[in-house]
Amino acid sequence: MASAPMSEANPVPATAAADGDDVLLRVENVVKYFPVKGTGPFREKEYVHAVDGVSLTVPRGQTFGVVGETGCGKSTLARCIARLHDVTSGRIVFDGQDITKLSQRRMRPLRQEIQMIFQDPIGSLNPRRRVGSIIGDPFAIHNLASGAERKRRVQELMERVGLNPEHYNRFPAEFSGGQRQRIGVARALAFRPKLIICDEPVSALDVSIQAQVINLLADLQADLGLTYVFIAHDLSVVRHVSNSIAVMYLGKVTEIAPAEQLFTAPRHPYTGALLSAVPVPDPDLSDQRQQIILAGDVPSPIAPPSGCRFHPRCPKAAPVCVAEDPPLEPRLGDGPEHPAACHLPMAEGEKLSDFRPSISAEERVLAVEGSLLPDDAGTGVTDSAGALPARREGGQP
Amino acid sequence: MALLEVEDLKVSFNTADGVVQAVRGVSYHIDAGQTLGIVGESGSGKSVSTQTIMGLTRGARISGRALFEGRDLLTASPDQMRAVRGSQIGMIFQDPLSSLHPYYKVGWQIVEMIRLHDHEISKDKAMERAVELLRLVGIPQPDRRVNDYPHQFSGGMRQRAMIAMAMALNPALLIADEPTTALDVTVQAQVLRVISRMQEIFGTAVILITHDLGVIAEVVDEVLVMYGGKVMERADRRTLFYASHHPYTEGLLQSMPAYGGERERLRPIAGQPPSLLSPPPGCPFAPRCIYVMDRCKTMPALDPVDGDPGHLSACWLPHTQADREAVRRRVAHVELARSAGPAGA
Repeated sequence: MASAPMSEANPVPATAAADGDDVLLRVENVVKYFPVKGTGPFREKEYVHAVDGVSLTVPRGQTFGVVGETGCGKSTLARCIARLHDVTSGRIVFDGQDITKLSQRRMRPLRQEIQMIFQDPIGSLNPRRRVGSIIGDPFAIHNLASGAERKRRVQELMERVGLNPEHYNRFPAEFSGGQRQRIGVARALAFRPKLIICDEPVSALDVSIQAQVINLLADLQADLGLTYVFIAHDLSVVRHVSNSIAVMYLGKVTEIAPAEQLFTAPRHPYTGALLSAVPVPDPDLSDQRQQIILAGDVPSPIAPPSGCRFHPRCPKAAPVCVAEDPPLEPRLGDGPEHPAACHLPMAEGEKLSDFRPSISAEERVLAVEGSLLPDDAGTGVTDSAGALPARREGGQP
Repeated sequence: MALLEVEDLKVSFNTADGVVQAVRGVSYHIDAGQTLGIVGESGSGKSVSTQTIMGLTRGARISGRALFEGRDLLTASPDQMRAVRGSQIGMIFQDPLSSLHPYYKVGWQIVEMIRLHDHEISKDKAMERAVELLRLVGIPQPDRRVNDYPHQFSGGMRQRAMIAMAMALNPALLIADEPTTALDVTVQAQVLRVISRMQEIFGTAVILITHDLGVIAEVVDEVLVMYGGKVMERADRRTLFYASHHPYTEGLLQSMPAYGGERERLRPIAGQPPSLLSPPPGCPFAPRCIYVMDRCKTMPALDPVDGDPGHLSACWLPHTQADREAVRRRVAHVELARSAGPAGA
């Protein structure tokens, strides 16, 4: 099923450093496969297609959002960009320089310019070390400051991210969740990086604290001219912080658009379904809108579906979607800033619930007998409560 | 009569650091067939309060009453509680993988649940019911999937299986503690739809505990807002979102990125949630509140707002619309002047 990764010919456009000054990061056709132990009689080698041909351009000084569900490859992509994983194929061009094949030693100075912030602030802080020394690590590793000078710079950073510099000698456990995330931010800021990759930076935080951290990131961006790649599964957060957003599904980018456009005029049915699934904190809005509930689960990334990877769950799926992988390009007269990988993009005002897939049942995700898409889409809840106790009425059983 | 009536529930735990007062006098009620949302941040006491009612907080110091169909669950014997748990009150938790036993087949676990409470039913009949339940919650090919182990199910399917198990004995009340927090949004939408359809089919009352105001807006009838182990506000869904009274509720709503419209700077609630180790007397939200007054040192009662008995708020702010607006305008003015100065974190 899975072809060996390197055999896939990925025509890489010969852009070289023709980006000019406004592009900080260019991801070209990046593929990352992880080998897994094969099953079956011959134990053929199989691969998890974690990231499968992703191309992005991140402009300098902006926030580029990446959204998608568990297993769509967004975190693997982040790690590829930061060179924490080596890519299987493709190129990563940072600040005009191809960093894809740089050796660890040549990569090291660049690590000052690309930093990461992770989801779990406690998991990324050593519980037995003091905060001052954790934030001071970058200075120690890169041999840039020591002694009193290092302490001064660490305390500056702590103040910058809204921590009390006097807490220099405390342990991570003495801080709350939001403060721990600030520690992570302070450490990432140590060298005035050009690019910060934020991998679910606020997902573990309560909503009131989440807002504090989002505002902090926004302030830092304004003051220091940072560029963010902001990865999250919470669409309203991503919309709030991003200039443009890429939607990923099963290792591929399905759509890229300026933040507003993605929400007002999504082209890819997956984007449409994803947006409609987000619970809206506004009773009137949530009563009005029609939810598209997708059937089934995301297929296995070991043997992804043919053609468009979303076709087994797509309400608009047609035979062409099974046969051909749609290229990521502008659809329905959109500008170059809004490409979508869909053969049958959604027009404005179009309702996904009006569509039925025109592909055979075997090619669709297994739905529970009968209707798949209209009202009961995907829940498959039936009213035939045959073998079950009767409905209770009123107060007493 | 309310299906469940909780009166002045207090729960505290002895820890090495001292006594943690997790729940500090919570009262609420839920009627048959109703959906009550309990919303609050980590440490607000929202989960502990329902776990205590179910008799799941071992070693806690508990006071108050929890009348379920007229019987006090807090004074019930362990045997009596076992009869209630599962059969009359079902429960689902955040992490379905740790709620299912990895060693037993999913169908077997549902059958065990049924036969534990229903001694008459035959094994075959119970299995038939398990299949029917799995079909009901939308598991494809339920007659085959009953023989799967939990690890063969996806996250969303496990949570469906938990719902099937919780509904197996047609309970009068289902307590769902963050049922969708670990799930992706599209799966969350599936699971929430399953819960509300099960509610339609069986007429079950649901207590939905969540930190996500979006989920609240989508599914509940009434909402309880908890903070620092106390109830801050109770209102129906619409009132909470469009005419909330308590400053904490207001702060929560403003902290969230708007779904549509202008992308304004978020307005977080300053500071941290209180420690419940030795909470100061008075309103727990006072240290973070922009309207804080001297009298906040004593805890206000949960009183009706604008004379509406369905809308209760524990805040000293005036409980009539006109007076409240005057206070808000005054505070907004001060806030504006403050934010014009050097910005604090």
